[in-house]
Formats: sequence, structure tokens, C-alpha cells
Amino acid sequence: MNDMTPTREQREAALEGMGCKRKRVEDVRFTQGKGQYVDDLKLPGMVFGDFVRSPYAHAKVTKIDATEALKIPGVIAVLTAEDLKGVNLAWMPTLAGDVQMVLADGKVLYQNQEVAFVVAEDRYIADDAIQLVEVEYEELPVLVDPFQSMAPDAPVLRPDLEGKTEGAHGPRKHHNHIFNWGVGDKDETAKAFSEADVTIKELISYHRTHPSPLETCQCVASMDKVKGELTVYGTFQAPHVIRTVASLLSTIPEHKIHVIAPDIGGGFGNKVGAYPGYICAIVASIVTGIPVKWVEDRMENLSTTSFARDYHMTTEIAAKNDGTVTGLKVHVLADHGGFDACADPSKWPAGFFNIVTGSYDFPTAHLEVDGVYTNKAPGGVAYRCSFRVTEAAYCIERAMDILAQKLDMDPADLRLKNFVKPEQFPYQSALGWEYDSGDYHTAMHKAMDTIGYRELRAEQKAKQEAFKRGETREIMGIGVSFFTEIVGAGPSKNCDILGVAMFDSAEIRVHPTGSVISRMGTKSQGQGHETTWAQIIATEIGIPAADIMVEEGNTDTAPYGLGTYGSRSTPVAGAAIALAARKIRNKAQMIAAHMLEVSEYDLEWDIDGFQVKGNPQARKSMKEIAWAAYHAPPPNMEPGLEAVSYYDPPNMTYPFGAYFCVMDIDVDTGVAKTRRFYALDDCGTRINPMIIEGQVHGGLTEAFAIAMGQEITYDEMGNVMGASFMDFFIPTAVETPHWETDHTVTPSPHHPIGAKGVGESPNVGGVPAFSNAVNDAFQFMGSTHIQMPHDAWRIWQAAKDLGAHG
Amino acid sequence: MSDIEQIPVTLTVNGKKVQRFVEPRTLLIHFLREELNVTGPHIGCETSHCGACTVEMNGMSVKSCTLFTAQADGAELTTIEGMANADGTLSALQEGFRQMHGLQCGFCTPGMITRAHTLLKENPNPTEEEIRMGIAGNLCRCTGYQNIVKAIQYAAAKLNGTDIQEAAE
Repeated sequence: MNDMTPTREQREAALEGMGCKRKRVEDVRFTQGKGQYVDDLKLPGMVFGDFVRSPYAHAKVTKIDATEALKIPGVIAVLTAEDLKGVNLAWMPTLAGDVQMVLADGKVLYQNQEVAFVVAEDRYIADDAIQLVEVEYEELPVLVDPFQSMAPDAPVLRPDLEGKTEGAHGPRKHHNHIFNWGVGDKDETAKAFSEADVTIKELISYHRTHPSPLETCQCVASMDKVKGELTVYGTFQAPHVIRTVASLLSTIPEHKIHVIAPDIGGGFGNKVGAYPGYICAIVASIVTGIPVKWVEDRMENLSTTSFARDYHMTTEIAAKNDGTVTGLKVHVLADHGGFDACADPSKWPAGFFNIVTGSYDFPTAHLEVDGVYTNKAPGGVAYRCSFRVTEAAYCIERAMDILAQKLDMDPADLRLKNFVKPEQFPYQSALGWEYDSGDYHTAMHKAMDTIGYRELRAEQKAKQEAFKRGETREIMGIGVSFFTEIVGAGPSKNCDILGVAMFDSAEIRVHPTGSVISRMGTKSQGQGHETTWAQIIATEIGIPAADIMVEEGNTDTAPYGLGTYGSRSTPVAGAAIALAARKIRNKAQMIAAHMLEVSEYDLEWDIDGFQVKGNPQARKSMKEIAWAAYHAPPPNMEPGLEAVSYYDPPNMTYPFGAYFCVMDIDVDTGVAKTRRFYALDDCGTRINPMIIEGQVHGGLTEAFAIAMGQEITYDEMGNVMGASFMDFFIPTAVETPHWETDHTVTPSPHHPIGAKGVGESPNVGGVPAFSNAVNDAFQFMGSTHIQMPHDAWRIWQAAKDLGAHG
Repeated sequence: MSDIEQIPVTLTVNGKKVQRFVEPRTLLIHFLREELNVTGPHIGCETSHCGACTVEMNGMSVKSCTLFTAQADGAELTTIEGMANADGTLSALQEGFRQMHGLQCGFCTPGMITRAHTLLKENPNPTEEEIRMGIAGNLCRCTGYQNIVKAIQYAAAKLNGTDIQEAAE
């Protein structure tokens, strides 16, 4: 070796592989305004579609007259349900096994429901035409309260289901009932409660909210009538699924449909489902043969394309006097709106809500979920969440605090007492999951030490005394949250979307010069896959990440995958990437053996190439091997160096974390100030710490918003309140707290690189930390549970109700 | 085409003079994006709340989604497309956003950088609080702002010739 030979450390650093804070590849274009989002697309002759929407939440549609609208120059067509019936698309299937109107078919079930689709030469003309489409409505009684959905005299929302006593998920017991889903051991749980020293019971509601990415849902559909091919560009978190659905609905063969998801301006679950806008744009393009663009505005986004949460969870815990939990019982009333368009794996009507036993060793549990219809928008998407795990985490974390209060125990100590112990993993939960790995005690102790938990409790106690003495009007809350997530959907044995198993995929091609293109079935919406996927490959095959291009979103070129949501990309596609890379490395080993004239078993891998065991000078770098793969492969070996992997995960992954929120609340104004927020995450192996930190910051900001004010509400007439950024709480830089992040590392034992996924953890764990902080602050006044969201007015009201205003 | 009477406008966009006829109701954001193919500024809300459409007009930050093109007649506009250095390299702000991981999906980024550009002209050495207040008209759904603040501090330091701090993680 001479002095110019790079050291092992230098070679390793040159790869920019797993574990390093690689700067993002995407940023070069995004910081110059050169991202390519759907609305940036301009196809020759492209026209615009926009909706006539219902002002009523529940009404019969008795007449639609587009005569005047069609007289406006530049208006091309006005589609109604009657037109869609011609192509059998007036209704579409939902992911949850229900059907949903694409355009109002005789009635409307929620305000702003799509009634007619106007196609015009530009968006201004489309807007003009919308004003001139005359629709006659006959108002019907409105149902907004899910607790009244199954009242005997409740209005019938879905006459199309009349007489159907069997739904997609079993028997329906009322005309507004969708499903009942039960898990766990009812008798054992009842026994645990009858034998308990202590029990608690509380209705814990998780209000309706919305993912609201900064870019709304949009698409451009372009039908080539000559070739019989349809191209759809859209904001799709799962482009392959959209292609399959489009093929099934349109009967255009799947190979003649090209679905392309370009850069996406945030998704957070909003862009998983299929919405009437996509269907109408596609139909309009099929009919006219010209490209049709549909872009929803913010109000349409917030009020129609999905919602999140809206779970009302009656929660009971049985425990011994020493705090040991002995049973959990939860009943959920789930408000699904006018159609059940919940975006869950098909067999899971309440998603993975049965993770509700959380991080605790409940010997037995029972869960029931009843889904009901109301006059609200359909959706039920996983807003930065793995299928109802956010609701489950909030439910159990709030309930554990309530139990601690009843036992007069510290909530952190109660959690420590009941954690699943490290030696119990893999752990079988009472509600049917197998937790892969965890070390909850270490994480909790690290978090408590770092934040100075005991000192904070002492300070809180002193402040409470001062408050009682009338020396201050400020109270202090400490929110404790220890969540266990379930992500990485999922194993084909229990996870599918419309019958397609929830695997994911990767294809890697090493070019002769040693550079790489790779494609995956996932689709980044800001997660930085172009950066991190290359890091996995770089570590696995020893080619610098800078020489690896990652491409996603084009169904013509990418292998089939189920897309990006539910923190599934790293657990599923991340594994496929590692395994595809290992196939390449295995072939490279045989090529290197041929080049070095040794047996492949005499070789060992060393950072970026193979070397002869005991003789590291005899080595071939991956660049040399790549050239040989195309130039002089071993006899009887196919030339080339590429691989594809489809990965069906053996299990979910179970990231966890300990979050603490310290809050100061002015009881006279209701203003809550977050003094500190500390988030310790354990997502297993960490691929890019910078990106993980960014994900945690973003998820915590969403959690802050949701817990402290972000809500979609309806008045008694079903008018959607606050469906604009004027009212819907999106924190600015001014309100957003400062975030402290930390980590432990407990790799997943079944994942090829041990990674678990992190994107959603901060939303899952953050909401209970904030809500528990508010609730904790008021506990000493005798409060047990205050419902979210905790905006200043509601906090002020709670303080008033507790007599804090004198 | 609708039959609404068109009016002439003359603007300078990123140093280039443009002359067009527009409908009086044409919003500046649509003019930029659809007439001039300046697609860096984005549409996030159309109600002035999110700031994704922020451009600099005559030295001030404006939200181009709620301004008629006619109101910008004669104005000098700078968008994200005009931010890079004259030699094509990334500006201090663009570099700062990348170095400090100040963006994720990239949708708010053009408006955010354009706003920060004007902010640093107004206040070349802002405190963290001044930065947070200064970008309060621009929403980001991905980053939680903490690294955006760092990105702007990075750029301020670079432009002022002072030391640049490393990212926290």
C-alpha cells in the first residue's frame, strides 16, 4: 500500500451508507423550485375539471340542470351520476368493503359532497360554470352525533343498503350500523374485572381531524384513444394500487394504464385512497380523449377527501392495589361518515386498534368496535399513523394516567411496573400481536433521567401549593407517554388491500461502470427515500450512495409495491432493498472469486469489495466486479448484475418511545405553553439520523396541532365548521414548541437490517404526551379526564368548571 | 377562452421583462405558473394563509394567490427561480436549507426560502424569535420549523461571514 491508498474509515465514509447523516439528494431540486408536482404538469390541450358540491349535509337531489352552464364558451361537459352510470362508475368500491357515490346518485350524505363534474378549458371558466349548474335539493333530517346513529328513529342514511343485514365485516344490527368487530377473551376479561381491587372507566374521545398536506389531492388523466392507453399522474401514496383499481373499474387492461406519481407535497395518509376527483377526471378524459386536470382547493380537501380519527373509546382497566394491571376492556364507537371508506388493510375494519394493550403486560383484554354512519365526509385515513394505532395509543396512555390517579401512584412508576419485560420478547399480546423486540425500561429510565422527572414532579407539587395559597395563577402539567407502535403492514397471512398482499419490492441494476439505478414499489412524499434507500444499497454492495439513483412512482418501471403509508416503507421495502442488494453481492462474490482465481468461500466482504481471507491485498472492488459482470463473467454464468426482491414480511415491527411534555398553563386565559418536549424514539437500526430527527420534529408538530386544537367539527345541520386554514389549526413557527430528540436502539430481530420505521411514532406518542400534560395539570383540582382538543378556550372552560376561576 | 376583456400588463420577473394580456381577474399565482411556467411558487390554500405562493414584489414578500396580476403591473418580482447565485450555484439560503434539513416534501420550500430571502434583507442578523415571527406567514407541515430556523441562521451566518453552527443531531 502506498500513502494514497484510502484507509478503511475513508472508504467507509465515501460510501455514505447506513447510519450517516447524508444530506438529501431531493433538496437540490426542491430548493430551486424545480420539484415536479402534479399541478406543475401541463399537457397539450389539457382542460380542467371541478365539482359542483352540495350545500346540504343530507338531502335528496331532485334535479340537476346544466343548460345555462353549458352555454358558457369554453365549457366542454358537465358530468352527473346519470352519465357515470353509462360506464358503471356512478358508485365505486371503497377499501373497507363498502361502496361510495362518485357523484350524487339521487341524494347527498354530507356537505360539499360531489354532485356534478364540470369540464372546461381553464379553471376560471370551470368555476363560472359551477355557479350556473342548477341543482334542486329536498332536505332530509341530519344525523351528526354518532351516539344517535343507532337510535331506533334515526334517519336512514343509506337506502342502498336497505334490508342488508350482512356487511363487509359481519352482521349489521341497525340501518346505520356498519360493523361490529370483537377481539380478545370476553369471559376472562369479565372475570379479571370481577376480581379486581381497583377499576377505572372513562369515555376517551379522539376527535375528527384531517391530515391536510400542504399540496392538496390532484391528478391529470390522459386517455390516448388511438393506443387505448390511459396515463394518470396523481398525488398517489400507492401508485400501483391505484393502477390496479383503475384497471378493475375502467376495464382498461392494467398494462395499458400508466400511473405516475411525481413529487408529492406531503401525504400523511390523505393520498392513499381513491377519490371522486380521480374517477371523474379519468372518465372525462376517456370520454373526451383530451387530458383533464383536477386540483382540489383547500376547503374541498379539508371537507371531503377523507378525515382521520373520530373514535369514541369507552375504556376500562382492572388492576391490583399495587398497580399491577389485570385486564383491559375497550368499546369503540367509530364515526365513519356517509360511506365506510376507511383506508385499512381489507380484513381490518378498525385497523390495528387491537394494539391497544400498548406497552403493558395485560394478561387478558377484550375489545369491541362498532362502526356507524353519520352525515359527515367519508375517509378514516391513517393520518401519520399505522391504521388506528394513534387512537389506540391515545386510549391506553390516557387510561393509564387515569388509573395512576385512582391508585395515587406516579404515572411513570405505574408504567414501569407494568411494562412488558425485555426477556418476554417476542411477546404475545392479549389481543393477538407478537411484539418483535423492545427494552422499555431502559428507554423510560433514560428519558426520566434526561428530563429530570423527579425534580419536575417536586416543582409541580410546589407550584400546586403556591396556587392553592393564591400566589400564582399558573399551573404545571407533566405529560408522560410511552407508546408501542405496530407498523410495517404487512405479512400476507393477515394483510391485503383488495386482495393484493401487502408485500413490497425493490429492483437494483448495477451498470458496467459501477453506478446504479434502483426502483421500489414505495413512494416518498417527503420522507427522503431517494437519499435513504441509496444508503441501504451503498452499505450492502459497497457502491457510493452518490452513484446510486433511486426512482419511485412510475408503475411502468418500478416493481409492484403497495406504497408508502403506515410507516411501512422501511420495514417492508427497506427489507426488499437489502435482500435485492444481497443477491447482487452474492453474485459479485462468485465473479470476484473467478477474477482472483480462488474459491468464493476463500473470500470475505470488506466495505466496498471482496478480499481473500488472510490476504487483504488480493481484492476486487465492486466497481471492478461490476465491469467484469458485463465484460468477462465466469463461464456458465449469465452476464449482468441486477436483482429484484419481493419481500413478504414475517411479522410487523414494533417501534416504541418515551415522550415527556412539560407544560405551564394560565388558568385565567387557558393559554398553555409547552416549556419542554422530550422525545426518545427506538426505531431499531437507524438509517439516517438527520432524516429521523426531521421526521420526529414534523410528527411532533402534527401531534401538537391535533392535541391542542386541530379539529373538523360540524354544527347540528351538518355544516362543516372550520374547513379552511383560517380555522383549522396548523401551527406556525411561532406557536410550535422546541423539540428535544433522543434515542435507544433495539433492532428488529426479523428485519434484514433491523430497522423498524419511525415516521409516525411522533404523532402516535406525541398526542397522548400533550393531552396527558393538560390533564395532569388539572388533576390536583379533582379532574379525571378533559377531552381533546385542548385549545385555550376549552382549557379555560375546564378551569372554570373545576372552580379555578373562584 | 372566455370573452372577458383582457388588459395589458408589464412585469419584470427574475430580471426578465414580460408583457402579456390578462383577464382582470387572473391571480398572480396562476399567471406565474400557467402563463410564464414559473412553477416554483405553489398553491396551498388560495386564502393567504399558507405562504406556499410567496414571491418578492418590489422588495416585499407578497402572497401571489391573493393578488391580481393587474395589481402587479409594472412591478419587479423575484421567485425561487431567481434565488440562485449568478454563477448558478445555490444561494446561502438554498444551501442552508439543504445543510440543516430544512425541508422534506419541498412544497412549502420555494415560498419559505423566498420569504427568508426578504427577511434577511430586512434584518440581516435575526434572533431565533425574530426568524420564527418573520416566517409565521409560511406554513410547513413536515419539518416542525426547527430546522428551517437553523437553515435561516446558517444563511445569515454565511452572508455575515460568521461561524456556521452544525446541525444538532
